[in-house]
Amino acid sequence: MIENLNLALVDWSRAQFALTAIYHWLFVPLTLGLSFIIAIMETIYYTTGNEAWKRITRFWMTLFGINFAIGIATGIILEFEFGTNWSNYSWFVGDIFGAPLAIEGILAFFLESTFVAVMFFGWNKVSRKFHLLSSWLVAIGANLSALWILVANGWMQNPEGMVFNPETARNEMVNFWEVLFNEVAIDKFLHTISSGFLLGSMFVLGISAWYLICKREEFLAKRSILVAGIFGLLSSVMVAYTGDSSARTLSRVQPVKFAAFEALYDGKEEAGLVALGILKNSDKKIGETNQKEFAVRIEIPGFLSVMTGGDREVFVPGLIDLVSGNPSRGIMPVSEKIERGRAAREFLSDYKEARKNNETEKAGEISLIFRDKDFNDNYFRYFGYASIDKPEEVIPNVPVSFYSFHLMVILGFYFILVFGLALYYLFTDSLPKRRWFLWVVLCSILLPYVAGESGWVLAEMGRQPWIIQDLMPVSAAVSQIETGSVMTTFFMFAVLFTLLLVAEVSIMIKQIKLGPKH
Amino acid sequence: MISHLFLQHYWWLIIALLAGLLVFLMFVQGGQSMIFSLPGNDLQKTMMVNALGRKWEFTFTTLVTFGGAFFAAFPLFYAASFGGAYWVWIAILFSFIIQAIAYEYRSKPSNVYGQKTFDIFLFLNGSFGPFLIGTAVATFFTGSQFSLNEMNQVRWATPWHGLEALLNGRNLALGLAVLFLARTNGLLYLINSIDDKDLTGRSVRKLAMNSIVFLTFFLLFLVTLLVSQGFASDPVTGEVTMEKYKYLHNLTGMPIVLVLFLAGVAGVIWGIAVTLFRGSRRGIWFTGAGTVITVFSLFLVAGFNGTTFYPSTFDLNSSLTIRNASSSLFTLKTMMYVSFLIPFIIAYIWYAWKSINVTRITGEEMKAEGHVY
Repeated sequence: MIENLNLALVDWSRAQFALTAIYHWLFVPLTLGLSFIIAIMETIYYTTGNEAWKRITRFWMTLFGINFAIGIATGIILEFEFGTNWSNYSWFVGDIFGAPLAIEGILAFFLESTFVAVMFFGWNKVSRKFHLLSSWLVAIGANLSALWILVANGWMQNPEGMVFNPETARNEMVNFWEVLFNEVAIDKFLHTISSGFLLGSMFVLGISAWYLICKREEFLAKRSILVAGIFGLLSSVMVAYTGDSSARTLSRVQPVKFAAFEALYDGKEEAGLVALGILKNSDKKIGETNQKEFAVRIEIPGFLSVMTGGDREVFVPGLIDLVSGNPSRGIMPVSEKIERGRAAREFLSDYKEARKNNETEKAGEISLIFRDKDFNDNYFRYFGYASIDKPEEVIPNVPVSFYSFHLMVILGFYFILVFGLALYYLFTDSLPKRRWFLWVVLCSILLPYVAGESGWVLAEMGRQPWIIQDLMPVSAAVSQIETGSVMTTFFMFAVLFTLLLVAEVSIMIKQIKLGPKH
Repeated sequence: MISHLFLQHYWWLIIALLAGLLVFLMFVQGGQSMIFSLPGNDLQKTMMVNALGRKWEFTFTTLVTFGGAFFAAFPLFYAASFGGAYWVWIAILFSFIIQAIAYEYRSKPSNVYGQKTFDIFLFLNGSFGPFLIGTAVATFFTGSQFSLNEMNQVRWATPWHGLEALLNGRNLALGLAVLFLARTNGLLYLINSIDDKDLTGRSVRKLAMNSIVFLTFFLLFLVTLLVSQGFASDPVTGEVTMEKYKYLHNLTGMPIVLVLFLAGVAGVIWGIAVTLFRGSRRGIWFTGAGTVITVFSLFLVAGFNGTTFYPSTFDLNSSLTIRNASSSLFTLKTMMYVSFLIPFIIAYIWYAWKSINVTRITGEEMKAEGHVY
C-alpha cells in the first residue's frame, strides 16, 4: 500500500496538522466554556431584570466574539486538512469518519452560526426571551460540534462498528451506535468539554481578579467570580472524574499509550502510579530504541493496578510486555501482529489480483473471508501492522507522553484548589484583601491552556504511529504531494496563525482594559 | 427497500442543494469585493460591512457543511480532489481564514495591523473566494489530471496540484461568472438591507455593469459546455468514454432539470431587471432563488444521467461518478435520516434571519451603542 514512502512528507504533514490543531485548541475551549457562562449570566439578567447583569453579560460577550471568530478560522482548516494532507486516510475510513463531520456541520455549526448573530445583533430586535434562548443555543451548538468531532476522534483511537470491504479497499460502517457510543468517544467528549468549561471559568476568574487588583469594576468582578467560581469548581471536579475514567478505558483499548504515559517498561502486579518524576536515558534497549528510567520518582504504591483493575494484584503490562509479548499474561508480541497484519494484506492483494484476472469465484471466496468474524478478530484487526518494519516502531515518544500526562494531571488538581479558594474567599468577603491570591488567579489564566494542549499532545502523540489504532499508521495515510509543498504551506499557516493570534491577544487585552461599556 | 443507487442520487441532490445555497450566500463575498469601490464615505462603508458581516457565518458554515457532506457521502471525491488539487484548495482555505477574523477585528481598538489591513482581507476573500471556488467547480465539467490505483489512492499527474486548472479558459469563465454573480447578488442584498439613498443609488449603478459581465462569462461557459464533449459513464460496466454534446444530452434527457435550469436563469435575470428598471428593492429574492436553482440544476447535469462528476482527463477510468465515489449503503442511509432535519434547520435560519433583518440598517444604528463591525 505504501509506495515510495517519504518520511519527510509524513513528518511535515503531521507537523502541519499539529500546528493547526494546537492553534485551534487555543480558541475552542474558551468558546465552549464562556458560551455557557454567558448563557448563565443572561439567565440571571432575565430572571432578575437587573440591568447590571445585562452589562456583565454583554461585556463577556464582547470577549467571546473576539475569540469565537478565530476559532472558526482555524477549524475550517482542520476539516479540510483531512482531505488535503491525509487523502489515503480519507478514503480508507471516510465511510465512517465523514458522517460525524457532516452531522457536525448540519446539526451544530448552523445552530451556532445562526444564533450567534441573534446573540450579538438581536438585543434591540428580538424579545428578551428569544435572545436568552439564542444565547443558550449558541452554547449548546458549540458543545454539540465538539461532540461530533470527538466522536470522530474517539473512533480513530478505538475503531468499532465497521467491516473492511476488499472491493472498495476501505472500512465501511455497519453500526452507527457503536461509532457514536464508542467508550473512548464518550470519555473524550465529557473530558474535553468539561476542560473547556474549566478554561472559560478560569478566564473569567482571572480577568475579574485583575479588576479587583486594580480596584475597578468591583460589582462586575465579584458577580463574575461567583458564576465562574461555581461553574469552574464543578467543571474541574468533572475534569478529574472523566480524566480518571479516560485513563481506565485507555488501559484496555490503548495499553501502549497507557504504559508510555506512565513510562512503565516492565509490567507488574502492584504497579505504582507515578505522581511526579524525571526521566533519563537508560542503558537498556527495546530493539534499537533506548529505554527511559527515572532519575527522580514519587510514586503511590499499587495505585496503578487499582486504577486499571480495581485491585492491587492486577497485572499492568509495560512497554516490553506489549512489544516483545508476554505469553504467561496472554500478550501477543508485535512481531506476531506484524505477521498477522501481513497475512491480511496478502488476502487483499490476492483479492485484487483475482479481480484483475476476472477470477470471480476466487474473488468471491476471499471476499467472504473478510466478513468472517474469526479472520477479523485475529488477523484484520492487525492490518496496520503490515506497514510496521520493526516492533519497537509501535512505541510512541515516552518522555513527551509522560510529561504531557503528568503536567495535565497536576494542573487538574491545582485548578480544583484555585476555584475552591476563590469561592471560599468570596463567601467570606475577604477576596479583595487577598491580593496575593488575586495575582495567583490572574497568572493562572494561561494554565488551563497548557493543560488542554498537553492533553491533546498526549492523545495524539501518545498513539503514534497510528492514525487509526492498529489499522493504519500515519505513513500509509498521507497524501502523495511534494514535501516542499507541505513545508511551504506549513510556514504559511504558521505565519498567518501567529499574526492572527497576536491581533487577537492585543484586541482582547485592550477590551479588558476598557472594561464594560457604561 | 431503499437502494444504494437511490441514496447515491439523493445525496448528490443534497450536495447540489448545498452548492446552490453556497453560491447564493457568496453574496457576502461579492459585497466584500467592492469594499473599496462602492461606498462613498466611511459611514456607508460601515453600513455595508455590517450588512454583510451579519451573514458571513452562514456562508462559512455552508462551505464547511458542503465539505463535510462531500466527505460523508462521496469520500473518494474528498480524498482525490483535496489530496490532489492541493494548491487550489489551500488557496481557497487561505482566503476564508482571513475573512473569519476580519469582520470582528477591523474596527476594534488595538487590532495591531489597522482597519485597512482587515478591509484588504475582506477584499481578498471577496474576490478570490468565489473566483477560486467557481474555477474548482468548473473542473467537474472540464476534468482534472489524476489517476487512482487499485486501492483507490490518488496520484496527481502534474506537479502543479490543481493550479493547472487556472490555465483552462472554460474554468476561468466559470470562475469569473461566479465572482460577478456574487457581486451582483451582493449589490442586490445591499440594496435590500441598507436604508441609505446614496448608497442604494451607487449600488444600482454598479449593478448594471456587474450583471452584464456575469452574464457574458456565464453564457461563454454555458455555450462551450453544451457544445463540448462530456464524460459519460456506462451504468453497467462503469467504463468512461467521451460523448459529444453530453451535457446538452443531459439537459434534454432530464426535462425537469432543464425546466429548473431555465427557471433559475430567468429568476436571476428577473431579479436584476426589476431592480434596474422598476427600482424594486426585492431583486435579491428573485436573483438569489434563481442562483440556488441554477447551480442546483448544473450540479445535477454534472452528476446524473450516467455522467462522471469529477472526470480525469489523465486516466478516463479513474473518473469519479456518484456510484464509484460514494459511501456505503449503510452510511448513506444513516446520513439520510440526519438529512431529514434539514427543513427544520432551514426554518430556524429563516426565522432568525428575519428577526435580525426586520428593519433596514441605518446610519443611526451604526452610531448607536452595540456590536458594530
